[in-house]
Order: sequence, then C-alpha cells, then structure tokens
Amino acid sequence: MGTGEAHNKELVIDEEQTTVKRNGPMKEAWRRLRKSVTAMIGLGILAVFVFLAIFADVIADYETVVISMDGTRMLQRPSLEHLMGTDHLGRDIFARIVHGARVSLTIGLFVTGFAVLIGGFFGASTAYWGGLYDMIIMRICDILLSIPGVLLGLAIIAVLGPSLINLLIALVIANIPIYTRFIRSTVLTIVEQDFIEAARACGTSDLRIIYKHIITNVTGPIIVQATLSIAATILSAAGFSFLGMGIAPPHPEWGAMLADARGYLRTDPHFMIFPGIAIILTALSFNLVGDGLRDALDPRLKT
Amino acid sequence: MTRYVINRIFLLIPIALGVTFIVFTIMNLTPSDPGRIMLGEMADREAVSQLNRELGFYDPFFVRYFNYVAGAVRLDFGVSFRSGRPVFEEIFLRFPNTLNLAFLAVICAAAVGIPLGILSAVKQYSHIDTVSRIISMLFAAAPVFFLGMMGIYIFSLRLQWLPAFGASTWEHFILPVITLSIPSAASLLRLTRSTMLETINQDYIRTARAKGASERRVIFRHALKNALLPIITILGMNFGFLLGGAILIENVFSIPGLGQLLVNSIRLMDIPQVMASTLFLALLFTLIILVVDLMYSFIDPRIKAKYSKIK
Repeated sequence: MGTGEAHNKELVIDEEQTTVKRNGPMKEAWRRLRKSVTAMIGLGILAVFVFLAIFADVIADYETVVISMDGTRMLQRPSLEHLMGTDHLGRDIFARIVHGARVSLTIGLFVTGFAVLIGGFFGASTAYWGGLYDMIIMRICDILLSIPGVLLGLAIIAVLGPSLINLLIALVIANIPIYTRFIRSTVLTIVEQDFIEAARACGTSDLRIIYKHIITNVTGPIIVQATLSIAATILSAAGFSFLGMGIAPPHPEWGAMLADARGYLRTDPHFMIFPGIAIILTALSFNLVGDGLRDALDPRLKT
Repeated sequence: MTRYVINRIFLLIPIALGVTFIVFTIMNLTPSDPGRIMLGEMADREAVSQLNRELGFYDPFFVRYFNYVAGAVRLDFGVSFRSGRPVFEEIFLRFPNTLNLAFLAVICAAAVGIPLGILSAVKQYSHIDTVSRIISMLFAAAPVFFLGMMGIYIFSLRLQWLPAFGASTWEHFILPVITLSIPSAASLLRLTRSTMLETINQDYIRTARAKGASERRVIFRHALKNALLPIITILGMNFGFLLGGAILIENVFSIPGLGQLLVNSIRLMDIPQVMASTLFLALLFTLIILVVDLMYSFIDPRIKAKYSKIK
C-alpha cells in the first residue's frame, strides 16, 4: 500500500493528473484498487471460486459423482483419487464443494442483486417524494428490521418449505428493508449537498440531476455495501441450510454438508474441515474486495 | 428528555402490532391443522375438527388476528399446540439459556474486540496490527456453527477439556459463548480500529498532543471518548445479530434455548408459540436499540443538547 511511494512521488502525481482527465471515475478506482494487496488477494480467491462454479460440470459430473451414493467408499480420508476424501454416503467431497460454490455464489449474487434493485427503488423513491409515502414505507422498514433477519427468513421458509428458490425469496425479503434504508439515506445525503443546489440553480433539469449527479454519486457506496453483504448472505444461507431450512439434500451446499458432518466429528474431521474452509474463503474474498473497493471509490475514507 | 423517552416507548406499540401482523400473516399462509398437532395422528377426525372450532381456527383471517391481539393485550398469548402449556411458560423456561449465551458473548466480544482494536489503531502498521487484522478478517468471515464444530472437535473430543453438548453446568457454556463471540469480536475489532484511526487523525488530537498531554491521556481521554459512540451502536446491533447466531449455536451444542424452541415450533407449525417467541425477540431487540440510543445522550453532550432544545 505504501510501497514505492517515496521514490517516484513525482511520477505518481503526474500520472494522477493525466489519468483523471483521460479516464472515467471507474477506471481511476480500478487503478487504486490494483494497488491494494489485500483486495487483489480477495479478487484472486474469488476468481478461483468463480472458475470452479462455472466449470463445475466439467470438473465433476452432477448426476454420477456429486449426488450418487456409493457404499463401497464411505468416509475415506483425502487421497489422490479423492482430493478431500469422501462423505458418509461415499460421495467425493471435492466434487460437492465445487458444485457447492455454484450454489453459494448464485445465492450471494442473486439475493444481493434483487435486494439492491427492489430496495433501491423504494429507497430512492422515498427519498425523492418524501411525505406520507416516505413515512409509511419507513415505518414498515422499522418493523421488518426489528425482527432479527434470521427469524424472518426462518418464518418465510417454514411457510414456503425448504428449497433453493424459497431460500432465495426469504433472503431477498430479509434484505430489502436494509437496502431501502441504506439507499434512502445515501440519496438524501447527496440531495442535500451544495453541488445539487448549484446544478438546480444553473437550471439543470430534474432528470439530468438524477442521472448525472445522484446516480453517479450513489453507485460507489452501493457497490461497496453490496459486495460486503454478498459475504453476509452466503454466511446466512449456509446457516439456513445447516438448520435444515435451506437447500434440501442430496444437493450440495456447504452449510448442509457441515450439518451432515456433525455426526462424524470424532472419527472424520476432514468431512467438516473442507466445507468450512470453503465458506470462510468465499466470505473472506468478498470482504477483502469490498474493503478494497471502499478505499478505492472514496479515497477520503482511506486510513 | 423524559418526553423523548416516553415517545420512544410508545413507538413500541406499532412495532409490536406490525410484527404480530406480519408473522401472523406468514404463519397463516400455510395449511396447518392445530387440532391434529395437539391430539396426535391417531385422534379421531370429529374430535380434531371440534377442537379446531373451539380454537377459532375456522374463523376468517381478520377475526382471528383481532382475537389474537385482543388476547395479547390481556397478556393471554394462547397455549402451545405442541405441549398444551401457555406459550410464555415455554419461553421463560428457555430464555435464561439464550440470554446467558448472547449476553456473555457480547461481553466477551467487547472485552476482546475493543482493546485489541485500540491497540491495533495506536500501533498502526506494527506487527500486532498486521496480525490482529489478518486474524480478525478470517474470523469475521467464519460461520459460527463451523467455529462451534471446530471447538467441539479440538476442546471436547481431542483435548477433552470441556463438555460438548447440553447446558447443565457453567462449563457447558464456555465453548458456546466463546465461539458465538468470535465473529462479533472480529468485526468489533475492525470497527474500533477504523473509528479510532479516524479520530486520531482529527485536528483536536494534534492540539492535545501539541499542548503536551501524555500519549495515554490523548488516547483514552481525547480519542477513545469520541470513538466510543459508533462502537456502542454496533455493540447494540450485535446483540440482535447474536440472538440470531444463538439459534445456530444452540443447535450445534444442543442447548435448550429460545432459538431451538423457535426452530422446532416453526417445523411443527405451532403458530402461538412462533408468534409469541418472535414477538418477544423483536421487542427485546427494539428495547436494546432504545437503551443504546438513550445511552448516547449520556455519552455525547451534543445529542443531549439537541433533545433539550426540542423540548
């Protein structure tokens, strides 16, 4: 982070001046992000998991390897044939982790994407219109937020039944009030700033203000928040599956794999260690990238 | 100030109504059969529908909701479909376990996270800072139930230092409390570090140093006092997060707590029990947030001044 700053200070200043003019804010942020070692480590880990998720079917066939049981090779230790050993039903743990990456990343991205869209709509519209509409929506948010997220999710899943789609719905609903609040307050802080008033004074139209000034200024914080909350979503999805309220067996999900491993703690610790590490690494990588993005998008906050 | 407190307490009423309405709607979307749950699979169909009628289960939705609220106002929250006992009896039987778990975990998290965060900020870029940042990043990304399983494996099964399951002695609480507090301690450490760093870079800290205040005085009197505010908010929010985490930890360590009661009641569609437990947790959570907000005014004179001006 602070490396090489001293001896080419001139060069850096020069570069900054030229790039600010030539490149957009996104490119500038990327240039700053590249300098952060931790963010790059996060991106690296993330790239590995994305690669595994995309090519999961090439690495291990779903029908014949991931969900088919084999009584002859139950609970084997890690070996060359089974990199991470096998589970209590003779399934290859590595293959299940690879396919689990697909499940977890899908949940993380899907839930956050939809929550941002719906929360963004409510947040921006309440900030824009205000009044009674704002008050009603915000009171509903207060109520939803006073129920701990896990509870709300559990109740929704209890009604809909445990499955991937229902888990997604429950997590989206639990996340919407969080984003509504967050985006509303972000938009409000921007709207109240002087440059918006200046733009109004110059006779800029409302549409242009929203498009040119508000959206561009709001995107940064939202991207940071979304990246960090993907990690939280993956963790809570694993928690739901661990309680048997998420993805139903035999489908591979890291939290559900850990629940299976509970009965074999004493004899087969490898069964629980690999899914646990997979969850930690994925959540960690999103946290690292999110932290890096925060510093890159808002250099004032950098400490 | 008192008026503000009273206003805030009155705000609990719409929240309680809203929570009951939302949970009541969710729970009533599924077909369930309380008479069947209470009398068992072998019971005769006539008796089941008779009981359902007595419970008012065939009434229209809004009539049932109104009856529920009317009962709740008289502190009658109904009986559990499963055990036939009043729901709050079941809750108070298990609540001490959950409260112990969450409360001790908050204290553990604060006792570890805040001092380490301060140390990390004061000695920025030192080895202590680097190590504590890496470890806290790893632990903040770890699911509590995995930490719990690791704890059982290492300290109960391998080393045999601590019991793994149940809640009969205080020793049973050591592992659950520690594992539950680890992710919170990690995020608290990160937050304390960043707010402390932000405060340390302020002008008034430089002024305090310039006028010759000792480093200890600068850190504890000037910096920490100002950095404490966001830390306390997060600590309060963490309590709610820990109540959620307690559901998972109770499951891992087989502790008969509120989380376990709730998960079981949801599985069995024991509507009165789910309603009462959710309402109880939601009100508890809101009350904690309220207490945190009120603590602000004692810590931050600026906020106190704002309220007295409104009055």
